[in-house]
Amino acid sequence: MSKQVAGAASLPSRSVGSGKAEMGDGTGVSSTTAPAKKKLSVLIVDDDLMIRTIHTILVSRVGGEVESQVAENGKVAVDLFRSGKSFDVVLMDWEMPVMNGIEATKELRNMGVSSMIVGVTSHSMDTEKDTFMAAGLDDCYEKPLSIKILKDILQKMKIDA
Amino acid sequence: MERNNQLQRQVALMRQSLFDQGYLDEQFVQLEELQDDTNPNFVEEVVTLYYRDSARLIASIEQALDKSPLDFNKLDSYMHQFKGSSSSIGGRKVKTECSQFREYCRTGNGEGCIRTFQQVKREYSTLRKKLEAYFQLARQAGPRGAASRST
Repeated sequence: MSKQVAGAASLPSRSVGSGKAEMGDGTGVSSTTAPAKKKLSVLIVDDDLMIRTIHTILVSRVGGEVESQVAENGKVAVDLFRSGKSFDVVLMDWEMPVMNGIEATKELRNMGVSSMIVGVTSHSMDTEKDTFMAAGLDDCYEKPLSIKILKDILQKMKIDA
Repeated sequence: MERNNQLQRQVALMRQSLFDQGYLDEQFVQLEELQDDTNPNFVEEVVTLYYRDSARLIASIEQALDKSPLDFNKLDSYMHQFKGSSSSIGGRKVKTECSQFREYCRTGNGEGCIRTFQQVKREYSTLRKKLEAYFQLARQAGPRGAASRST
């Protein structure tokens, strides 16, 4: 699956991301260039193309600097992290072939991955969600996510960052 | 222009009836809200993926129902996926029948599964026909064919 990038254009290096350029003394660009605001990155892990499609558009629509990538099962997700990639947020489905969400979450936590991992599942019973949470999730929601819930998740990310 | 307005009214009425008759729920509206000029056919694309998922799952369930003895865990797993997909596009009646089927799986009621599966297929077939007619009319009506949610 190809990487999806949010529609917003890249910000210039003296971006307003940190707010400093706006609050500067107005004498021009400082000698040290402020780093470009880092985009929030989301990894969408689900074997269902329909869900990957919905969540990819959802992420692009949530506003702000957010980009997404997809993985069709837990093993692909783990391999991405192993290859050196990192993501701020992982939306993890439960039931997937090859490696399911529980196995993938445990593996990522064992690797020391501290990204926010949010379970997204059609299992709705509390006991089922508890089982998924116990694997190392930060939170768990029913799928598909709504824009409101995704915004809340990403907002938590920005506060913790 | 007048004809286009008329078509758009028909599209709006058709859309509303899908909700009023219980075929669709709020999740369909969530999908519509993701559709815009950069993804003008998003809802129809997602629904087309749903048809593809459904064909595969229905075939798998049919095969599984032909086996003896019935593997209720496998049947439940397939129907769980089908229920999830149907829920993702707002297919309310299909989702309800899927839940009933899963109840029968839980209690190991093979006859109940077989009977309910016919209802699942019927509801799915009805929903698919209605959605295909809706999208066809929406395309004829043009870009504003998918009318905004009625208040």
